[in-house]
Amino acid sequence: MRFKRTRRGIEGNPDEVEAAVLRSCAQDLLVLLGAGQEVDPDPLAALVGMPVGDPELPSDPALARLLPDAYSDDDPDASREFRRYTDDDLRAGKRAHAEVVLATLPADGGRLVLDRAAADAWLGCLNDLRLVLGTRMEVTEDTDLDDLDEDDPRRQALHIYGWLGWMQESLLRCLDPHLPQQVPPAQ
Amino acid sequence: MTAPAQLDQPVADEDVTPDTPWVVIVWNDPVNLMSYVTHVLMELFGYSRSKAHALMLDVHHKGRAVVSSGTREQMELDVARCHARGLWATLQQD
Repeated sequence: MRFKRTRRGIEGNPDEVEAAVLRSCAQDLLVLLGAGQEVDPDPLAALVGMPVGDPELPSDPALARLLPDAYSDDDPDASREFRRYTDDDLRAGKRAHAEVVLATLPADGGRLVLDRAAADAWLGCLNDLRLVLGTRMEVTEDTDLDDLDEDDPRRQALHIYGWLGWMQESLLRCLDPHLPQQVPPAQ
Repeated sequence: MTAPAQLDQPVADEDVTPDTPWVVIVWNDPVNLMSYVTHVLMELFGYSRSKAHALMLDVHHKGRAVVSSGTREQMELDVARCHARGLWATLQQD
């Protein structure tokens, strides 16, 4: 699926399979963003406005990429303190983007029309999905998506990764008409 | 008569260097699209396309670029906004 700008807004037209893959990805992202938050926040701390976020960098590299440290490695205390105050909001914002994707995705595929706010949410969610997949598949700048080994176990995941990037690029071109309008060929 | 009470001299044990700026650094990563990074830098910081594009290229080729500077509080806010958009960013004292 690629996005197009029309009189109605920004339009996409995922087929049934594309819609199912996107839904599954967005749902997985919601689960991932809930990880590490299973513990009920201390009600007293919440009552008096104390920060309740988990201060530690997530051990899962994909989640750590979505929720990175704010200070470089030589000041872990500052990163912890920052995370204590910001972790909940950062996760909530990313979850909200995924919820918009799920809410605007036609159940069996078909046309979807996004306004500017929904398009921004899609843009953020597609980027988060690529960060997760790219981290999990250990993508580097040398990873050539067009030249994967037949027996590369990452093949299917990297195919989805490339497809998400192509979709994201087409959405960017709808949001920013000054970008060259020619979209690179599909992965 | 009494002597005025001796007051402790104020001791400055904090870093009092005035206005030492803090900076936000965006680091290169292999996933974010170049067009996306440029778009986000324009949106977050109000940079022109050419400035955002140049910063993106710095990130890409040099591995990092300073995208914002100011007080620590402002830079913490900017880092949070970068993280919300998926950019890998940290702040530090310049």
